[in-house]
Amino acid sequence: MELSFSPEESAFRDEVRQFIHDHLPHDVQKNMIEGREIGKQAIVDWQRKLNAKGWAVPHWPQAWGGKDWSPVMEYILLEELQAAPAPQPLPFNVSMVGPVIATFGSDAQKQKFLPATANIDIWWCQGFSEPGAGSDLAGLKTTARREGDFYIINGQKTWTTLAQYADWIFVLARTNPQAAKKQEGISFILVDMKTPGITVRPIQLIDGGHEVNEVWFDEVKVPAENLVGEENKGWDYAKFLLGNERTGIARVGASKQRLRRVRELAALERAGDGALIEAPWFREKLAEVDVDLKALEITQLRILSDARKSGKHGVPDPRSSILKIKGSEIQQATTELLMEVVGPLAMPFQGSGEPEDASNEMAIGPEDAAYAAPTYFNWRKISIYGGSNEIQRNIIAKAILGF
Amino acid sequence: MDFDYTDEQRLLADSVAKLFANRYGDFEKRKHYATLPGGFDRAVWAEYAEAGLLALPFGEDHGGFGGGPVETMIVMEQIGRALALEPYMANTIFAGAILRHSANHALRDMMAPKLAAGEAIIAVAHTERHSRYDLHDVTTAARRDGDDFVLEGDKTVVIGGDSADYLIVSARIEGGRRDRHGIGLFLVDANAPGVSRRGYKMQDLTPGAEISLASVRVPANHDLGGLPLLERAADEAIAAICAEAVGAMESLIAMTVDYMKTRKQFGVPIAVFQALQHRAVDMTVAAEQARSMAVYAALSAASDNAKERSEAIAMAKTAVSKAARFVGQQAIQLHGGIGVTMEYKAGHYFKRLTMLTMQFGDADHFLRRLAA
Repeated sequence: MELSFSPEESAFRDEVRQFIHDHLPHDVQKNMIEGREIGKQAIVDWQRKLNAKGWAVPHWPQAWGGKDWSPVMEYILLEELQAAPAPQPLPFNVSMVGPVIATFGSDAQKQKFLPATANIDIWWCQGFSEPGAGSDLAGLKTTARREGDFYIINGQKTWTTLAQYADWIFVLARTNPQAAKKQEGISFILVDMKTPGITVRPIQLIDGGHEVNEVWFDEVKVPAENLVGEENKGWDYAKFLLGNERTGIARVGASKQRLRRVRELAALERAGDGALIEAPWFREKLAEVDVDLKALEITQLRILSDARKSGKHGVPDPRSSILKIKGSEIQQATTELLMEVVGPLAMPFQGSGEPEDASNEMAIGPEDAAYAAPTYFNWRKISIYGGSNEIQRNIIAKAILGF
Repeated sequence: MDFDYTDEQRLLADSVAKLFANRYGDFEKRKHYATLPGGFDRAVWAEYAEAGLLALPFGEDHGGFGGGPVETMIVMEQIGRALALEPYMANTIFAGAILRHSANHALRDMMAPKLAAGEAIIAVAHTERHSRYDLHDVTTAARRDGDDFVLEGDKTVVIGGDSADYLIVSARIEGGRRDRHGIGLFLVDANAPGVSRRGYKMQDLTPGAEISLASVRVPANHDLGGLPLLERAADEAIAAICAEAVGAMESLIAMTVDYMKTRKQFGVPIAVFQALQHRAVDMTVAAEQARSMAVYAALSAASDNAKERSEAIAMAKTAVSKAARFVGQQAIQLHGGIGVTMEYKAGHYFKRLTMLTMQFGDADHFLRRLAA
């Protein structure tokens, strides 16, 4: 057993740090540190820099820009991006639809979509969840009716993250309503957001921000060539996609960065006669989260190490559900700590931080104070999305109990 | 020992519930009220006055009804259920308690009837940039100048401060920043020369303000008292907040259980899943424990024994804050995505509960007071 990275891995980590230091715009980093939205263009610009370096899609097949790295190398890149903090490559593109097209798509689809997806020349959004199909995703009702060389899509998707930025959407739709099992009869279809009949309606979240949407489909006519893989096999591709989604879900680097910020702010706030960061009771609270985070980090490394040895890269380990559960709990704990650090200054509402939100006022106290409570509210979503923590517990229960 | 309401108290609870059902039954109305000047609807405030709520805690000689902390608990619980926006706690309970207990009888007798009649709104400006939750941590200065005091300093996160006609400002007459002695509580006209105010909404849409005092002149006889008076009033306010939180928690749990019975996944209502049933049970357990502590706080809030009172209040606020956090977080989790949307009421209960856990101090603050 050996805890340290190999010399090559350490050198790579240093290279990533240097690249971020040299190329990440200062204002983007500052906005991310303070919990503000960074907007579409900053994400696109940064991913293009990563893509030019060959780091946007290292886990894809080599023919399409992949690097054939070990899982540890991928982990190092992701962790360093989170810890900087820098934007991560857009998950809808690089972790979700990209690998599905690369694995199950036609050659024409690969050529049309993969380079553009890696470079965010196309911004994708995910058309999976529906009002009646959340944890029970296979219960989805959106239909795709075959008419000649087209599918006609009708239905409603919801919780569609950043659909307002998206050029294309990948949709799960029912192509065979008569299938014996609800998982059968679902297809995976790529849809241009400019197609007539698509309506995007914003959903405002409790922090006042706009990041998710409803996407409505009314007789949306899509060329049949946009079907990925085989008709009625979409559920298999969705499972493959959701397995990939769990990679990096622990967000250890992001939590490290948040805790660093908590420490910085706690040095500025006073508790009694000294700085808050000097108060033993506060240091104990911080230490408790540190311990939890260290355990999560080692758990993540153990899972990665096993994946490297088994060579079953991309095959989800049931233990990755542990990463989702603990990762979300720790991220949420860091938001509680930050709110506690700024104390009463967290109470005034100072706008959502979105550029269009005119209610943004002068900050009270340190700038982060304005985002402490909204981030705490907003980050409750982390234990809900991407398979709620209850669903993750069901996965582990199945693994240990066998039924 | 008796934990039952009297017939009169039951009547009070019913009439307050009716007032809020009428004014807040449609959740869209609340959004509208928040857009009005000052952040709430004066017509609703007038109904508080008509129903006798503004006069409730004051003595008959001030035009009041002599209600005690149990009556306050009854009103505050309904405010919690309705997510009401009016500054009842800040004005009637907190500022009201400072007036009621003030040894400055002349000023008390002048102002208490105004509050009881709904003719004036007062907010207490005590928090400063670095005071956190310590009431005795005061740098705003009160300098004696002839028959006046001159106030100089900044107050932050003044609850109800946006709409107040008067402010009660804690200021240091003498001593060091954290000395317990040498603090005065000055009644200041909110529109007096040198007072500037920036109103805003809190995270839960209730009104708040930043207040700056630049050479604000107040007559020396506008000092209502010192730190013990502020602490006593804060204890009554905290007891009120505990009751508000219990009302909000119980409504939120009812909403969540209702959702569990109607939301179907995997072909069945999610309420049939035992893991979720137990979560709802844990929320109910937390809310019951919190209710017990809110009752304990109410029955202790009027005590003249400062040490006993402060300890009871600290225990109550610790327990209620912890319960409020747990219930709020779990309610969101059980609702799923809909719980984190602005449109849906559950998220607003969660935000209000989060604010209530912070007002006057979070669980850690009061736990440390108890352990000291």
